[in-house]
Order: sequence, then structure tokens, then C-alpha cells
Amino acid sequence: MKNRVGIVGVGQTHHKSKNTDCKGQELISIAVKRALESADLTMADIDAIVIGNMDHFESINYVDMWSVDGSGGYMKPIMKVTTGGTTGSAVGHAGFYHVASGLFDTVLAIGWEQNSESDTTAAISTCFDPITEREFCGGAIGPLAAQYTAYMSKYGATEEDAALVSVRDHNNAALYNPYAHLRQTITVEEVMKSPYISYPMKFLDICPRSDGACAVIFAGEDKAKKTVERPAWILGVGDCHILVHLADGIGLANLPSLERAAREAYEMAGITDPFRQFDVAELYVPASTAGVTWMEALGLCEEGGGPRLIRSGVTNMVGELPINPSGGVLATNPIGATGLLRIGEAALQVMGKAEEKQVEGARVAVATGFGGCFWSDVTVLSSSTQLD
Amino acid sequence: MDEVAIIGVAQTRYQRDNPASHAEMAYEVTRKALEDAGLTIDDIDNTVTVCNDFWDGRTISCMTITEATGSHKVPTTNVEGDGTYGALMGAMRLLSGLHEVTLVVAQSKVSEGIPAVITNAMFDPVYERSLGLDAINSSALQMRRYMSKYGITEEQCAKVSVKNHKNAKSNPYAHMPLDITVDDVLKSRVLADPIKLLDTSPVSDGACAIIMAVDEVAKKRYSKPVWIRGIGHCADAYHLGDRDLAEVDALVSAARRAYSMAGIQDPVREIDVAEVYDAFSYMELMWMEGLGFCGRGEGGAMIDSGMTGMNGALPVNPSGGVLSAHPVQAAGLARIAEAVLQLRGKADARQVEGATVALAHGIEGACGQGHCVFVLGR
Amino acid sequence: MAVSSEELGNTGTLKYPSRIRLPYTWHAGKAGSRFYQEIKDHCKIWGTKCPRCGWVYVPPRETCPRCFLDIDEWVEVGDAGTLLTYTITRYSVPGIQPHEPPYALGIIKLDGAGSGLVHLLGEIEPEDIRVGMRVQAVFREVREGNYLDIKYFKPLRS
Ligand SMILES: [Zn+2]
Repeated sequence: MKNRVGIVGVGQTHHKSKNTDCKGQELISIAVKRALESADLTMADIDAIVIGNMDHFESINYVDMWSVDGSGGYMKPIMKVTTGGTTGSAVGHAGFYHVASGLFDTVLAIGWEQNSESDTTAAISTCFDPITEREFCGGAIGPLAAQYTAYMSKYGATEEDAALVSVRDHNNAALYNPYAHLRQTITVEEVMKSPYISYPMKFLDICPRSDGACAVIFAGEDKAKKTVERPAWILGVGDCHILVHLADGIGLANLPSLERAAREAYEMAGITDPFRQFDVAELYVPASTAGVTWMEALGLCEEGGGPRLIRSGVTNMVGELPINPSGGVLATNPIGATGLLRIGEAALQVMGKAEEKQVEGARVAVATGFGGCFWSDVTVLSSSTQLD
Repeated sequence: MDEVAIIGVAQTRYQRDNPASHAEMAYEVTRKALEDAGLTIDDIDNTVTVCNDFWDGRTISCMTITEATGSHKVPTTNVEGDGTYGALMGAMRLLSGLHEVTLVVAQSKVSEGIPAVITNAMFDPVYERSLGLDAINSSALQMRRYMSKYGITEEQCAKVSVKNHKNAKSNPYAHMPLDITVDDVLKSRVLADPIKLLDTSPVSDGACAIIMAVDEVAKKRYSKPVWIRGIGHCADAYHLGDRDLAEVDALVSAARRAYSMAGIQDPVREIDVAEVYDAFSYMELMWMEGLGFCGRGEGGAMIDSGMTGMNGALPVNPSGGVLSAHPVQAAGLARIAEAVLQLRGKADARQVEGATVALAHGIEGACGQGHCVFVLGR
Repeated sequence: MAVSSEELGNTGTLKYPSRIRLPYTWHAGKAGSRFYQEIKDHCKIWGTKCPRCGWVYVPPRETCPRCFLDIDEWVEVGDAGTLLTYTITRYSVPGIQPHEPPYALGIIKLDGAGSGLVHLLGEIEPEDIRVGMRVQAVFREVREGNYLDIKYFKPLRS
């Protein structure tokens, strides 16, 4: 890598189901101001901005231009990146590349969504191929449900395993994350008793939709060191868009895009034994079932080993590899911001600034993004510029 | 900086109602750009697509061309903006040192949607959107402001249209090669005063692809690659009323950045040919000012002087420009592709003799709120 | 039934018509809400003034885009101003236009405002509109708290 890149600031809004007091640009500006404040920087320090959301959730075309009132982009270089559910992580990676390229020294990456302004599922269903798929598909839940049904029968996973993930993430959000959208502790029994949305997925197994924004500041090595004592260095990135027809996702036992993106990011970072090397993970888990199945794609366990890991409790806050101390996507999902929140939360962990949700001594973290058509992004972060 | 070269370019022929699908158009230019670079898809180690959910009529529109561009095989991302911004993202991925060969593909089927409805969505839904603003009438507000502030005339704007449509006759990819006169432009149907039909760009479908490579790869495989010398982008204020629409501050800033990276001090002398985003005739005059090719308010005098004609000192839009083909997201990338052909000396009938430094330019949002400038050299 | 040659058209390929129609409800925010409330209840136009650069934003902003500072000072601007530019929209786009064309649009710099306000022009023939002319807001009788509560701007005769 030509220029080492570190995260120096992270800001987010208090995510809610309906952020009625804010116009979109104002929501963005709250996250931006908090990110600047966290790094003790001002807008004058920002050399370029990259922003992302999903167009049809707010129906605003050219959001990079529209956002200028709230993003601070007036008379600055700004561009938009959007890749569906992976938008937030793609925006984070774009921020990374802005700095890694040497063209910009300090770059602000922004993800946001005011989901309450539209009908999210109706907007998502317009992603299906208009000629062959749009008329009989609806949202992303079906393929994920079908995937877990197959996983259960193949590996002996249960609906309770998924419920454990849901309980872990909801309770982390409730106990440790003041910014999370859903902050109620729940039990396995409550998950199991919640109504089926699409078998085996129940209401408490799936993510909400939220209004919210996240801003992350990336800086080149010198600037990063001058700005904060302990930046979160980006050691590896991977982005993989493998499929284009959602129906193809139904047959997937796991998530090949995550496997490949992880391979790319791990190779860049020098991760060879992910379970041992990572101290904490912020994973884009859109449904609790994915929290059981996708760990193996990240190399955190053997094939079919997800249920074992979840049942053992190692991914809980007190475990060996806490996953989603923030509560993750099951608790907070402002779609265009969701992937960037994973990067931001992972950064806060290795910077030692995660407050109540801090995992003691976290030095190396992994963040993932999921979306599009079973696409994945993976980011490896560390408090050191190199792994030991 | 000579660190990133453009080693392959391809365009479809631009036309209304292209019967090919989005993916088919993207595949056509991907294949042709590879052929142009003498590469196969396996040589591409990352891609950038340029898709916009509004223009493509689909959420996560980059899905539409993922496979057609080989993006399912390599690391990829999608920029939503003008094609020049996609090229910038592609260049950054190479400059990082993490990739070696980037494919950038932009495509648009403007004829499939209703441009006025799609561009109406640029305007704030809580405020100006209810006025029925779109690309045409908002640009009319800008054209009027520009004319009244600097005494630019409708005739001077019309001359741009005459020049560019004529240039398009030498460009096999152009959608609208036309032999027209200033009078034809002035007498064409008024859409939103002072914008008339022949001041506007056509509804075009088409795609463009470029392949970029890092210096080691470029030098090894090609004798005289075209280098990216400088890039700059910048955005002005959003609300039309927050800007003086006759001014081009964001373009000045973007150009300054690109020029300083390229070491250009006197753009009008050092640049041999420019391909700029003339979505409307008057825009080319304003962009001349922003690019420092003339002083503020001197765009009209510049077209009068003939300097930007094919035989002038600084030919602008030898391809016919956006006025002669406007496949929205691809239009800026096409400017880069055309600039590359000029620098290779392969622009055929539209070749500017001896061009060694070229400029390509794209715009973003309403009335050129955002600009992206590339300086290329050989 | 076979696909007819008419359906295939002269390109030999099918066109597949569809539309995206989604309902939206946008949040106006605190500044936008007060802006519309003042217009609806009092026929007054208010903006916000940046404490650093002094720019008065109409419509009001909570953050100055130029200085990236929070703004909390509200100022009433005049309902009259100067026309900076205009156009007459002469083509029809069903569904997005406030009136049947032709209709006139302009950018008006209200007295006391920094920003121009884009709005409709009325009570004037297109050929009589001039850049620099003075215009004044005409409010709707029945106002609903939206941008079109200002019916249009009409020429101000001194
Ligand atoms: Zn200010």
C-alpha cells in the first residue's frame, strides 16, 4: 500500500425508526459534526468527501450534490458511491482509497438513510431484474430464510441457535450502545415466540429499518498520528459482488462473496488465523440466522461450526471473540450507513474509544458489509500499523 | 504524475432507443476496450461501474452490469455520478498500489425513462421540487443569468451548437451529426427561454469503457501510453439560489487542482484539445471560463474568435461533445475516451494534429454544481 | 400466441414497459417546519443568518454550508425582492409541473436575504419579464404549509 491509512474520527446519530425532527441534510450534519469533534478537527481539515445511500429510499437523485448543506461539501471534492446494502462499507473503502491513493490526506466518509421516508420493502423490490424477477420477489428475507432451512438440515443447526444470536445482539445494543435504535433486552423464549415472517425466520430474527447517519474520518499516516494518539489503521480491504440474480442466493449454503472478500482482506493484512488474531468483530448480520452461518465464511470456525461457536458463548461480550458489541444490524439499520457503522464501531474498538461497549484490550478487529445480491465487503483494522 | 495510464478505450455508437439491454451495451464496450488494450478479462484485477438508480430505473442498478463487466470476478465498486467520477475512483484504486489494472464502465439508456422526471428528483423534495424544475428549465435560469451578467448573446451560444454538431459529422460514435446554422438554432422550438431545442443535447443510449493500468504494466506493454497527469473535482452550493449561476467557482477549483497536479500554468497554451461536458450550448462557454481558457465573461468572445473550432488554437469537443450524444452517466467517460484517441493520434477525421496534452471534463448535478477535470498527456 | 412483428418494432427486440411508483413522506426538519409555519400562519418569509459569514439563507438552514457552523438566528426577510433570472417553461411533463405550461419561473433575491429563492412568476406576460425587476410574493388564500403557499411573485409597481 502506497500510503498507510488510519481512521481518526467516528460520529453517528442516535438511530431511530423515525427521525422526524431532522431533514436529511441535517441528519447527515449531526454525524459529521460528531466525527469532527471526536478527532478534534474542523471542516477546514477535510480534503474530500465520499457519501452514499440508496436512492429509492428517499428519492433524491445526485445525493452527493444535494447533501452539500449537511456534509460540509461546499467547495470541496465530493463523490457518491452506492452498491445496495454494502453501500456503507463501500463508502468506507472509497474513503480508504481516497487516502491510500495519495490524492487526499484527510477524507470524510458518510453513510446515511432516512428509511422512514419511504416504503423500504417496496423500494428494495425494485432491485430485481425488471423483466424477469421484479413481479414475484419481495425484499431480501426469503432467500435468507431458505438458506437457513438448508443449513439446519445439513449441519443440525436449530432455530434456537439463531435466537441466541438475536439475543446477543439485541442485548449488547440495550446494555452498551446509546446510539442503537432498538434497546430492549430480549430472551431466547421471546424470539422463539415472535411470529414467523418467513419460516424459519421470526420477527425478532430480522433487522429493523432505521433513520440514521454515520461519518468516519480517514487520514494519511502522518496526519493520523498527529490527530489522535491511537488511530485505527486499515490493514486490509476486500469487496466482492458475486451474484446478480437473487434467486441464485437461495441455493447458497453459505456466503461465497464473504469468503472471497475475507481472503482478499486477510491476505493484505496478513491474517492467517482469524479466530485467534481478531479481538472483536462487527459483522453485518441482517438476520440472526446469518449470524450462525456466515462465521465460517470468515474462517472463524470450520464448515458447519457456527452453532457450536454460538452455543459456547465465545462471541458474547465476555467471550474470547465478542461479535457485535454495538448490537449490530439487528438493532440498528439505517441502510446506507449500516456498513459504515460496522467499520466505525470496529475502529472505535481498536482505538479504545468504544466506551461501555469496549472490548478490553482490543487491538485487531474485522468489519463486514453485506447487501446487493449476496455481496460482501470485509475490512481489517488494527491499533498497530502491522500485525505482530 | 505519470503513475496511471489509460491503455484501452471503447464506446458504443450513441443512439436513441438502442435495442441492446444495459448489460449488452456494457458487455460490448468491455469486450472492445479489452481488445483495444490487447488484454483479456483475466488481466483485469478490479472494476468500477458507474450506475445510477434513477436513470437505470432500478434499485442497486450496478447489479445490472455486474456480470457484463466481469465485476463478479474481481474486487469492485460502483460510483453514482458522471463517468469522470468513476474514472477518478478507478485511478485512486491504482494509485493505492493495491491493484494494477482497472476497468471502468459507464452506461445509460436515457430513452428508457423520462429525463425531466428523473432530473426533477435532483431538486429538494421539501422545497424547489414542486416547481417542476428539471435539467432544462433550471439550465435556462442559468443561461439567462449568464447572458444578463456578462452580455453573452443567444447567437454566441448557438455557435457552440453549430460547431459541435458539425464536428460530430467526423465522429462515427456520435448520435447527432448535423449541418445547421446559427439561424436554425435561434429559430428552433423554444423549450424554456432562452433555451431552444438546438441548444440542448439529445436523448442518447450508449456505453463507454476505459482500462487503466499502473506504470509498470503500462510501460511494459505499450510504447506510448496516455498518462493521467492531473485530476480535480469540486462541488458548489446545492440550492440554485445559493449560487451566482453565472459563476463557475467549483470548476475553477477543480481545474486548479488538476492543473497543479499536471504542472500546467498556462492552460490555453499548454492544452491542445479539450472535451467538455456541453449538456447545453451555453455550458461550453461557461466551462471555457472555469477552465481558465479565457477570462470571466469572455466565453462569448472566445467562440466568436473561432479559437475553439477544429482549426483554432484550442479545438473544443472535436467529437461533437455532449450536444451530439448524451448518454448521461457515460457522457463524461466518453470525454476521456475521446481525449485518449486524440493523444494516440487515432481520432481519424476528428484528429487534432499533434495533440500531446488533452483535457476531459464531466459535470454532476444541476447547472454544473459539481465538476471533475482530467488532464491527460502523452 | 406468437410475438407480433409490431411488438418487435424495427429493432427486432421487445420493449418492456414498467414504472416505479413509491410513496414518500419527507421530513422538513426544524428550520423547514418553522419556514412553512410562518408562511402559512402569517404570510411572512423568514430565513436564518450565519453568525460568522452573515449570509441569510432562504429557505432557512440549520447549518451554514459555507462555514459549517450551527445557525440559530432567525431573521424575517422582505416579501419583495429583485429578479435575478427567469425562464418560461413551454413543454409539458405530466406529474411534476405545478401548472400547465407555459409558466414562468425565476430566482428572486428577497430584500434582506443572501440566497435567491426559486419560485413562480405571475400576473405578468412572459415578454414583459425583465432581469432586475422588482417583484413581490402573492400568498395563497388557503395555505397548507408547503412551497406553493407562495402562489407566485408578481411585478411590484413603484
Ligand atoms: Zn457562514
